[in-house]
Amino acid sequence: MILRTLARYSGGRPWVAELITLVVLLLCPVVLPLFGVTADIASRILIWGLFGLGFDILFGYTGLLSFGQAAFFGTGGFVSAFLLTQTGLQNDVFLGLVIGTVAAMAAGVVVGFFTLRRSGIYFAMITLAFAEMFHFLELSPLSQWTGGENGLTGVPMPIVGLESWHIQISSGWSLYGYIAAFFFVGYVVAHRIVLSPFGQVLTALRDNTPRALATGHSVRKYKLAAFVIAAGYGGLAGGLLGVLQSYMPPDAVAFHTSGQLVMQSIIGGAGTLFGPLVGAALWLGLQNYLQDVPAIASAWMLILGVVFVVLITLFRQGILGAVKQLFTKSASPSEPHESELTVELTRRQHIAGVPDEHPNQDEIPDHYLRADTPAKTRGLIIVPKGESADGAALACRNLTKHYGGIYANEGIDMSIPEGQLRGIIGPNGAGKSTFFKMLAGEVVPTEGHVFLHGADITGLGVTAVSQLGMSKSYQINELFSKLTVAQNLAIPVLARLRGEFRPDMLRSLDKVAGLHGQIEATLELVNLEQRADVPVTELAYGEKRRLEIGLALANAPNVLLLDEPLAGMSPRERADTVQLLKQIRAGRTLVVVEHDMDAMFELAEYISVLQEGRLLAEGTPEEIKNDQRVQDAYLGGMEEV
Amino acid sequence: MSMPSLPLFLSQLFNGLATGLLLSLISAGLTIIYGTLGVLNLAHGALFMVGAYAGFLALQWTGSFVLAIIGGMIGALVVGLLMERVIVRYYYQRPPEDQILVTFGIGIVITELVRLVFGGIAKPVPVPSWGQGITKLGSLIYPTYRIEMMAIIAVALLGLYVLLYRTRIGMIVRAGIEDSLMVNMLGINVYRVFLLVFGVGAMTAGFAGILNAPILAVTPDMGESFLVMSFVVIVIGGVGSFPGAIVGGIIAGEIISLTSMFSSAYSHVMLFAIMAVLLAVRPQGLFGIEGRE
Repeated sequence: MILRTLARYSGGRPWVAELITLVVLLLCPVVLPLFGVTADIASRILIWGLFGLGFDILFGYTGLLSFGQAAFFGTGGFVSAFLLTQTGLQNDVFLGLVIGTVAAMAAGVVVGFFTLRRSGIYFAMITLAFAEMFHFLELSPLSQWTGGENGLTGVPMPIVGLESWHIQISSGWSLYGYIAAFFFVGYVVAHRIVLSPFGQVLTALRDNTPRALATGHSVRKYKLAAFVIAAGYGGLAGGLLGVLQSYMPPDAVAFHTSGQLVMQSIIGGAGTLFGPLVGAALWLGLQNYLQDVPAIASAWMLILGVVFVVLITLFRQGILGAVKQLFTKSASPSEPHESELTVELTRRQHIAGVPDEHPNQDEIPDHYLRADTPAKTRGLIIVPKGESADGAALACRNLTKHYGGIYANEGIDMSIPEGQLRGIIGPNGAGKSTFFKMLAGEVVPTEGHVFLHGADITGLGVTAVSQLGMSKSYQINELFSKLTVAQNLAIPVLARLRGEFRPDMLRSLDKVAGLHGQIEATLELVNLEQRADVPVTELAYGEKRRLEIGLALANAPNVLLLDEPLAGMSPRERADTVQLLKQIRAGRTLVVVEHDMDAMFELAEYISVLQEGRLLAEGTPEEIKNDQRVQDAYLGGMEEV
Repeated sequence: MSMPSLPLFLSQLFNGLATGLLLSLISAGLTIIYGTLGVLNLAHGALFMVGAYAGFLALQWTGSFVLAIIGGMIGALVVGLLMERVIVRYYYQRPPEDQILVTFGIGIVITELVRLVFGGIAKPVPVPSWGQGITKLGSLIYPTYRIEMMAIIAVALLGLYVLLYRTRIGMIVRAGIEDSLMVNMLGINVYRVFLLVFGVGAMTAGFAGILNAPILAVTPDMGESFLVMSFVVIVIGGVGSFPGAIVGGIIAGEIISLTSMFSSAYSHVMLFAIMAVLLAVRPQGLFGIEGRE
């Protein structure tokens, strides 16, 4: 029940939106002519909308702004057009389009390999440069096949059906129908991708790439997959453009094609799937209707440019995004029944003392252990651990990190036994953070090794380490900013249940066994059940802090690193969090860096003290309190002045 | 494919230097703005074009090419400053994607405004009287104006270098590149410095636009291909690096020029291909710093 919005987000009934789309597409040939919209315009809008579906997955959902989508539009278009005009494939337009799409996806793999090495502005520039390369290739070196500046003429109309019974599609509304069928299938696929576990991970990349990486997702593979999907949509749309015009124009590969796609998507609203379609409708509408108004006929592009700049500046979410926001804003206060239900359920559980009610609990894969004590953590799963010879969960030998001439850490040897709660303290600048980053695989040590359950994990990287069962919570909150609390928690759980990459693009989130149980158990543990559906931007600081720990917990770690879990908390929140840390100890090894000495001496079984990058002392809290060196270095002496 | 003769090779090498210096100048403007403000200015190509049109107007009114150059610089400067004050400054705190998108949009608005006012037909800017004819450099014969242009660009780049590395204001700008927050806290109004840098970057683009006008037709779309090439230049040189822009520009110019000896069709493709190889080997670019995006 808590996960109602996760389910709602996941569409619950995704076919409703799809059915509405189908009906609207079917009504267009009846309705649009009444408004003077021709079949040609409607078809063009659909082609741009189809092109935009892929771009929206890439930009709106994954956060990768490409200025080079024309490369794939052109690749798909020219490969299809070439097959349909220059080879014996004239009669099979469908096959030509499919091959063109596959070719565009292949191009996407190659271009993605290079461009995805960088992100942000680099990515935008490099995609643009690659698209220009494709444009130059089309214009001259490949002109023998592409027609160069002339393009390819004579792309045939499709024939639908079998040998004996078939329909010859001609231009006009029957061609619209042919294109609308592709658009519809393209939309359903994109819609399912967005709602799938795969799609959920894409949004996590968009919101916080480093955290997605740290929760155990292979960012590189997900990005490449999104890039190839977008390339495929571009290729299909390009092929359809050739069919629609009976001609494949060379400027399909030009920079302004990529630019037009970007602008249409932003105007319509990124992250909505239909945004690019709305943008295309506005674009082509203005282009066509302003041409009939002599005074401003040549200004349509200027008007669009101004609209674009204004939208970016004031309504970044675009037309559809603004509409969507309007609806969710008016909807959220008037939805008391949902939260009441949540409260009711929670209350019932507490009274009955049966947290076992988690709906999907039985579906948890067998090889995951369930934490058995205390009762409150019963729902949580813990990843099985390996066995080390000396019983150490986490150990390091001669761990050293140099930054140029600066020694952040030097020669640290440490062994943390299975199940221990280890505290690490030290004055500011003692090298605690670097040490923690090396343990977690975020920083590669200059020298030395890290062992997790006896296995050497040095240099494996944070994603692999997370997959092996060690996760980390951060000193400064690293949340997925645009997602709700429950969606946030879904990200580490998905990494645990699905591994570092899985292209389960058409699977529903609800079908991921164990997902809901783990999210609910974590929510309960970090006391955020009633905030499950709230976007993280609306959380109070203390709640964000708890969610930060929840993200690490939801990953089902057997070794948990906590970097200053109490940072910035009020005394009350500190006490609660200390209780929480005690609860989650069962079945896990915990390593905590913390400045709050009272909390540390209360919690930790064993404490290691770092100073100036080296290990100064180790011992029980009592021993550390009384250690002369520690007092001198850190705690402050009581003796002579 | 036969090996080109030595004179052809030399003249192409020289050609590459001419193209390269122009690309260096444009890219330097782009990279100074990016390095300081963190904004990738996709309207840079439009500012290049504005410089050419403003210079064209100044030439029409005064008949003097020197005044045309000054007019081109002032035109781009004014448009650049307006752009920064009215829109871009509200974007310093927004994600890089938004900055890219808005400057892209501004570029389109500027281009379309110019098209509306001047039409799409190319405007002629003749070679100035002091640049007529050809000059002999040893065995090499080369248009005089292009040689003069190379010299002028070299001086301009030197001027930019002195401004950035040898003046007080340049020191503040370079400190701003490292940590603008810190500079602000030291009591320097970093936003005024930002405005100045944006103006200098815009002026550089305008200067390049009018200088190149006698060689290239002046049309509203003339900036687009230069924008794309300057991206390649700064990717090769390292985004935000001034020396990277200079070296990257010359490398790009030479690639285009030298490969066109073998096959003119492939010369631009080669430029992008070499960029791709460099990305695979050294993603941060020749002069880029690891980890700085």
